[in-house]
Amino acid sequence: MSWLPVALVAVPLLGALALLSPATSRRGLLRVYGLVVTGATLVLAVILAVSFDYANAATPQFVIDREWAPGLALHFHLGVDGISLPLVVLTALLTFLCFLYLCWGDARQPGQLLRPEPGRPRALIFTLLVLEVGMIGTFLALDLLLFFVFFEIVLIPMYFVIAVWGGADRRAAALKFILYTLLGSVVLLLGLLLIWAQAGTLDMVALAQAQGGGMARGIQVLAFVAVGVGFAVKTPMWPLHTWLPDAHTEAPTVGSVLLAGVLLKMGTYGIARIAIPILPEGAAAVAPWLGALGVVGIIYGALACLAQRDLKRLIAYSSIGHMGFVLLGLATLTPAGMNAALFANIAHGLITGLLFFVAGGIKSRYGTADMTQLGGGMLAVLPHLGAVLSFACFASLGLPGLAGFWGEMLALFSAFEPAAGLPRPLFVAFMVIGGLGALLTAAYFLVMLSRVTHGLPGRRSEAALVGGGAGHGPVAVAAGGAVGTGEVTASADPSGAVAGSVDYSGEVAGSADYSGVVAGPAGTPLPVAPAVRHEEFPDERPIDSVEHSWEEDRSEWGYSDDWLEGESAEEAPEPDEPAVPAMPDLRPYELVAWTPLIVLTILFGLWPKLLFSVTTPAVQALLGVGS
Amino acid sequence: MIQSIDYFAIAPPLVLALVAGLVLLLDAFLKPGPKVTTALGLITLAGVLVAGAFLIAQALRGETLATFCVPGDLAASGPAGRPCSFVVDPFTLIFAGLVLAAAVVVVLLSMTELSGGRIPVGEWYFLLLCTLVGAVTLPASRDLIMLVVALELVSLPVFALTALRRYDGRSSEAAVKLFLVSIVSTAVMLFGVSLLYGMSGTVYLTQLAVALGGGEGQAAMAGGGGAAALGGGGGSAVLGGGAQAIAVSGGQALAAGGSQAIAANGGQVLAASGSQGLAAGGSQAIAVDGAGLLAGVPGVEVSPSVVAVGVVLVVAGFAFKIAAVPFHAWAADVYQGAPIPVAALLSVISKASGFAGLMLVLLVALGGQVGLWAPMVAIIAALTMTVGNLLAMRQRSAVRLLAWSSVAQSGYILAPLAVQRPEAVQAAIAYLVIYAAMNLGAFAVVMMVSRHVERNELDDYRGLAYRSPAAALTLAFSLICLAGLPPGLAGLFAKIVVFREIVQGGLGWLALVMAVNTVIGLYYYVVWTARLFTPAAEAVPGRGARAGAGADPGGTLPGGDRGSAKSESEPGRVGTAGNEGEPGRGGTAGSEGEPGRARASGRLPGEDGAVEVRVAGGLPRDGGTVAVWVAAGLALVVAVLFSVAPQLVLDAVTLGAFR
Repeated sequence: MSWLPVALVAVPLLGALALLSPATSRRGLLRVYGLVVTGATLVLAVILAVSFDYANAATPQFVIDREWAPGLALHFHLGVDGISLPLVVLTALLTFLCFLYLCWGDARQPGQLLRPEPGRPRALIFTLLVLEVGMIGTFLALDLLLFFVFFEIVLIPMYFVIAVWGGADRRAAALKFILYTLLGSVVLLLGLLLIWAQAGTLDMVALAQAQGGGMARGIQVLAFVAVGVGFAVKTPMWPLHTWLPDAHTEAPTVGSVLLAGVLLKMGTYGIARIAIPILPEGAAAVAPWLGALGVVGIIYGALACLAQRDLKRLIAYSSIGHMGFVLLGLATLTPAGMNAALFANIAHGLITGLLFFVAGGIKSRYGTADMTQLGGGMLAVLPHLGAVLSFACFASLGLPGLAGFWGEMLALFSAFEPAAGLPRPLFVAFMVIGGLGALLTAAYFLVMLSRVTHGLPGRRSEAALVGGGAGHGPVAVAAGGAVGTGEVTASADPSGAVAGSVDYSGEVAGSADYSGVVAGPAGTPLPVAPAVRHEEFPDERPIDSVEHSWEEDRSEWGYSDDWLEGESAEEAPEPDEPAVPAMPDLRPYELVAWTPLIVLTILFGLWPKLLFSVTTPAVQALLGVGS
Repeated sequence: MIQSIDYFAIAPPLVLALVAGLVLLLDAFLKPGPKVTTALGLITLAGVLVAGAFLIAQALRGETLATFCVPGDLAASGPAGRPCSFVVDPFTLIFAGLVLAAAVVVVLLSMTELSGGRIPVGEWYFLLLCTLVGAVTLPASRDLIMLVVALELVSLPVFALTALRRYDGRSSEAAVKLFLVSIVSTAVMLFGVSLLYGMSGTVYLTQLAVALGGGEGQAAMAGGGGAAALGGGGGSAVLGGGAQAIAVSGGQALAAGGSQAIAANGGQVLAASGSQGLAAGGSQAIAVDGAGLLAGVPGVEVSPSVVAVGVVLVVAGFAFKIAAVPFHAWAADVYQGAPIPVAALLSVISKASGFAGLMLVLLVALGGQVGLWAPMVAIIAALTMTVGNLLAMRQRSAVRLLAWSSVAQSGYILAPLAVQRPEAVQAAIAYLVIYAAMNLGAFAVVMMVSRHVERNELDDYRGLAYRSPAAALTLAFSLICLAGLPPGLAGLFAKIVVFREIVQGGLGWLALVMAVNTVIGLYYYVVWTARLFTPAAEAVPGRGARAGAGADPGGTLPGGDRGSAKSESEPGRVGTAGNEGEPGRGGTAGSEGEPGRARASGRLPGEDGAVEVRVAGGLPRDGGTVAVWVAAGLALVVAVLFSVAPQLVLDAVTLGAFR
């Protein structure tokens, strides 16, 4: 059965390579193609899970070990054990759900594969498939260098996912993402090479069994710090998190889902799988710091969330908090803590994946994810979508009975009794502070829900749209119509959206009065069009509530397609809302993609043993604790 | 005294030299024309391939060939102990192979460049072949004179090649710059060489090593198993091939081929081929061929400070050639001014020659002074990668960016040389080999693009993925390889090899510097790569026609009721959408299937009522372009091969380790 891990990596890889041939450029075919490839991968993952020998969850199974580059001591060494199995399945599942979301139905809805902007479906499928190769490979690799190779594979595709299909400020966010994480990766590589130089092998299994034998304490601490920094950037751990909010905010929906659902897990998985078992003495020395930074992350994430106005940004910051719990669990160095961390990992992947799906759906409907502009009353306007959002929030804040509860509760619980050799009073303090953080988590989610789902519909702030939105009001020129000359009352700031790109501003500079030209289809001046896009500083915009009925907005937005927006066609992720009077509630493709996540969240919430029984033996083996 | 010349050993440079003469003759007697241009290119290519075939034959024979040796009656006889000027060993084979493989790509690029007709063909190929003769000879050189001559043979024709594009101010400026920098570096190096010669009384690298010895205990080992070296008390011991060398108290022992050498108290011993040598008390012993002891050459007084100056000057001279900081300033101007094939040649062939010479001098001749030059090389490496990367970040011109990036890459190649371990050299060579493949790929695509744009700036690469997907993918892969990220695994493995040597060699700070540099490097590589896939959205006035880059005219837009609310001249977008038909709209913005979605081109209404929007359906493929496509394809295939099977490089490099 050792072909299974190979197939898990090979199927998406071959699927991606096949896309390079020109024969696959037919769009209708593409839609099915992505589904088939990721579906096949998911099936393989399920077969893996079914045929996994749960009695021996501690030992790697389906192992394949071939020499790749003897000169580098690089082995193609794949295998699955209780720690990696859930993550492999989660990755395959989330990727498949992303493709369901992209491809279901006619695939031309907002956020879907074949929507006209920004287009390029073949490239998107290619990128996501390569991403999947890297993600699954990372969890399967049992060779340090091979792990690193897979760990790095995800960078370029994720960069392109953000930079090509992302939001308005996508380039900078993508660049920040890749540079930041690469810096972490290079430090990680140095740490791995140090381990290799000291221990003389790259075999993760052998290294874990050696429990740090052969490495002096000083070397272990150094290597742990290097490896830990590498993983902490990916996780992300406070204060190395600053790439995350931007990346999440700008990434397209599927990018956010995979970023939060899988990529962040690669960091915590690395700590659990490589750093702690291979460098136990280093771990013992650094664990208090790890725990402290984790707890800071919890509190910081919660406080930052309270201050957010952008829905996606809020979820991104909440990820930092959740990862703080995971880090705290890992830092205890106890089986209970590791188990909790791994559980919280999976739960976070499911729940935050769902949250980002929902946030993407909201953004595509409202044209913004800014909570003040969303107004309230989503439960009245879009009852089903609002309900899913509420559910995901409750799950994320750790409501007992849902998946988010167990991991965080047990992480706190394990901090009450950390491993021998760790300062217990300190960890008890961590527990108390972490508990407060859990409270804050609940607070910001409830605040968010009260602002978005509750309240009266229609109370939408048109802040900034007219007067205050200097620079944010793109000027409309309708296509095909005669040029009208309506004066826009808002003084459009040339440094704003219109002049977003230098080249463009050069073009429009010729018409000094470009800000005043608004064309309607019949040459009639339009009312001043509200900007539904928000630019780079959504939080710094003044809030004045201007009453506006929602249908009216929609009718105005109908022209948004034709606005003279410079590169906006690429920048605005979903500007192509048809000018329909009402927003659709849950669309079929959304329902299809989200239901499995909801079901699994409930399932793991009600039956956590399902997951714990898989991870426990492996964790005990990794920590060298007798089962 | 008559030297017997092993013509088989010198066949590769000989073939190249003969072809160079042939090309010059043919050019003089044939009537110039496109056919002759192509023919001369093909002859040159054939010459390179034949030289490569000889190289392969030498490799298959698997033995070390040596020629131009000191005749037997002047020195002790025996192939291993006798100093030779021209040695074909695995090290030579690797570098010569690298040079010839790169030469194939450069010749192909030249064929495209010359099809433009602005450059005299015969001279070009003649000079190119002369450079190659030098580049192939250099790694085989084992004495200082030969090294300098070969290095000059690499450099001199390049000045002329750079300036061959006549009536081009930038070209001439580049040539003058290169010329001045190069002769200065040669002068500096010659001064260093003269000091070393003055101190040691010999120009042969192996004898230099013996004569200069080492200030501290050194044990260098290479070659077959069973070797043991022991250096103690200021002695240095060098040996190869199952030999034993023991040096104590300032003694130097060099043993090769199953011999034993013991040196003590300032004695020097050179033992070869099963012989035993024993020297003591300031005497020198050279034992060869099973002989017992041969002593009597009087010891040479070596002044460490003069040797130090000599070493510094020689290193500085080579640093010019490889554009290492602080001798890097010429790189960007010269690369940009020179025709692109010459830039590719400079960045790969010339650089490889420089590194080959540096490695030969440092490791073979100055192995004893490693304590002196290793820190120097480490600092130069750190500076080179940092400065190169920082400068590359600021570039807008593609060639200048590649110039600085190859300076930075020089730093990565230098870094392992600073590690005082013989294996580290392998890492440097491995990086150099992989670097050559990926850099040539990038240059090939830059060459393609340069034919259609004037200034060849990074912005000209916008949307290349839509105009010419194959070119864009090749360039993207090369750049990502250079950045060292998957899927460019070749670059990643190369970096891992280098990192490994540095970490194992204990140069933690250098590893950190290199780590940070990797990130800086990624910035500009990835920004460039991203440009390839970004639609060329903005139509800057005056650039519209250029953005179209030839190819099928997409149609003329009607002036329309709105003046000129015409589509973007966005080649990429229209290119992709072209599949969807809508012929009637001929490249208007509606071609994505959304009528009425016209996006403003930014031209004022009423200004030029009708603008021809030309849609780029790919880079045009005329006759001269075939060669550049082949070149890009070759580089890509090799880079992919190295990505999938890095072991190929590592194996070859392991064989080519020094003895």
